[in-house]
Amino acid sequence: MKSLNELIKGLIKENPAFVLMLGLCPFLAVSVSIANGIGMGVAATFVLVCSNVIISAIKNFIPARIRIPCYIVVIATFVTITELVMKAYSPALNRALGIYVPLIVVNCIVLGRAEAFASKNNVRDSLFDGIGMGIGFTLALLLISGIREFLGAGKLFSLTVIKSFEPALVIAMPPGALLVIALLLGFFNLIKGRK
Amino acid sequence: MNNRLTVLSSPHLHSRESVPRIMWTVVACLIPAGAAGVYLFGMPALRTIAWAAVAAVACEWIIQKLTKKKITVTDGSAIMTGLLLAYNLPADVPFWIPVLGSIFAVAIAKHAFGGLGQNIFNPALVGRAFLVASWPKYLTVFTKPGYDAVTSATPLAMLKEGRLAEQIPYLDLFLGRRAGCIGEVCIVALAAGALFLLIRGYISWHIPASFIATVGIFTYIFGPKGFFTGDWLFHILSGGLILGAFFMATDYVTSPPTARGHLIFGVGCGILTSVIRLWGGYPEGVSYAILMMNAATPLIDRFTKPRIYGTAKRKKATGTGV
Repeated sequence: MKSLNELIKGLIKENPAFVLMLGLCPFLAVSVSIANGIGMGVAATFVLVCSNVIISAIKNFIPARIRIPCYIVVIATFVTITELVMKAYSPALNRALGIYVPLIVVNCIVLGRAEAFASKNNVRDSLFDGIGMGIGFTLALLLISGIREFLGAGKLFSLTVIKSFEPALVIAMPPGALLVIALLLGFFNLIKGRK
Repeated sequence: MNNRLTVLSSPHLHSRESVPRIMWTVVACLIPAGAAGVYLFGMPALRTIAWAAVAAVACEWIIQKLTKKKITVTDGSAIMTGLLLAYNLPADVPFWIPVLGSIFAVAIAKHAFGGLGQNIFNPALVGRAFLVASWPKYLTVFTKPGYDAVTSATPLAMLKEGRLAEQIPYLDLFLGRRAGCIGEVCIVALAAGALFLLIRGYISWHIPASFIATVGIFTYIFGPKGFFTGDWLFHILSGGLILGAFFMATDYVTSPPTARGHLIFGVGCGILTSVIRLWGGYPEGVSYAILMMNAATPLIDRFTKPRIYGTAKRKKATGTGV
């Protein structure tokens, strides 16, 4: 039962992007199209789950003082795997995500879950925590990149939706990312305040 | 409520001024420039102005209704935002351009920050920046006054692209016989409205004077053929400088309150405008200059805090007295 809670909390109650406000840098930068959003979400989820499991498994052997470098080594290993796989099988996505794939190493969600959760909980809970947080992050990316792709480019999944719609280019640019997330956060806080 | 005793510190002076009174006066002072724009560009200009004003007022009313705030659409601030936005647009744009611009200006730039008096940036200029970034192809096509549907570049755009074949007579620039945004072209009409505001004391001379003088001096010094060869009068009369300096840089909410602050603000706007015009990517920089200085306003306020009445001057007070 507890494991299930760890899984579900990442989706809405402790959503990494909208509630914990972690990992906003790649979140804002790559959310231009749904394809990019899903790519980023899956990559981050993979790294998150694997690093959570490994760090939770070796937590008793890591000296407290140098735990952050140790986490980084574990995380960097999985990020390297992700990047090489992505380069081999989906070079276009790799080009679109650019520097933000290697930057998953210092992604606040991954490091944050390692420090706040995996280093204090057992492997099973850490696994579920990683899956939940990863899915939560991916869903948030899906939402914001869907909004930005539609308003900023007039497309969904790279397909034109309405012919006569003239997209607002600014939404596809960096200010658009900040605007959309600000409005979404305001909207979520409004709903939360109503309850 | 009215029976309660209100205790305030002296001096007690009653003023007939109020927010609605000032706002409506500014709106009235903007009308000559708009009328000139409609005369020069025809009905499309009037249509654009009307859409922008109506959308701004309606948006403000809806937001205040939804958030259950006091309805203050009659204070004139929303219609002023709509007017200023429309004055910053080319005449012949599709109707949804001024509508979306006004909605963005009122909803995001004004009410998301807490409403009148709370906004960091001038709402009308934020609306314009949003439109320029989103639909540049509509915002950079200008019609030539007097000729229906004949498009032409603005004098500043021609200067930027090196296509300014012959000198445009200063009189044409002064009267507004050139391509440009609806409210920025007719300098005479703008000056008439601005003069009234200055006489009434609703705006002080500091920001407009320092803004315009800085642009003049800067563009004169860094001229096209070497130092001190610039056509300063052309730079002052073209673009949105007069409209921006008198009606937008002087916005109470987004500019510093002290005279010293005003001067710093105006000089900053002037330098940024000139730099954008001379070396930047855009032909015109007034709106971005004002927005950037809006962001710097809290900093200017910190450095220009007035001395509290009755306290001594910090350094000189002891030295001169003895």
